[in-house]
Amino acid sequence: MRRKALGLFGFASGLFAGSVLYRRTVARRRQRVDVYFGDGSMITYDDGTPEADALLPIARDALAAARRR
Amino acid sequence: MDAAQALADLTEISSQVEAAVLFDEAGEIAGSTLAGEGAAALARAAEKLLERASALGAGDIAQVEASTPDGSVFVVSEGRRRIAATTGPDPTTGLVFYDLKSALRDSATVSDTETVSDTVKPRRKRAPKKVDDAA
Repeated sequence: MRRKALGLFGFASGLFAGSVLYRRTVARRRQRVDVYFGDGSMITYDDGTPEADALLPIARDALAAARRR
Repeated sequence: MDAAQALADLTEISSQVEAAVLFDEAGEIAGSTLAGEGAAALARAAEKLLERASALGAGDIAQVEASTPDGSVFVVSEGRRRIAATTGPDPTTGLVFYDLKSALRDSATVSDTETVSDTVKPRRKRAPKKVDDAA
């Protein structure tokens, strides 16, 4: 009985840790553009916004150009 | 320090930087870690990124980071001079910007030094005074 409870607890802990790790990875891998202005201010355009949609394809072109050897 | 040396130092210091190009607002390339058309294409894309970002908001743009799952693109602008770099996914943003600014400034000191050395002739060293041993 005790072994079964421990196994269940271990499984639940693993599931929780996995979901946290997955969410962190996804959050970190999100596509965005950070623009820093001369006065020290900064604005982030997240993927899906019209601004990011205009800027991200150019960034992809830049990456492709840099990796085309 | 010239542009090539500044870029060599950059890639040595920052293991995250995959490729970098130094250029000006007219698109003239001062130095690059990429050969041939790659450098020009990266410079063009970086300048376009600055222009589009500038059109979206008000004010002068100092730097831009665009993150994608495949990697990130960094562009730093100081006056007419620019540096663009690419990295892998999830770079340490602050460090990369710091290294890029250092490289941009290091390469900027060249033109000043060259201008000075071209116009001012080095002074001749004065011969040391002879000490009269007999005195």
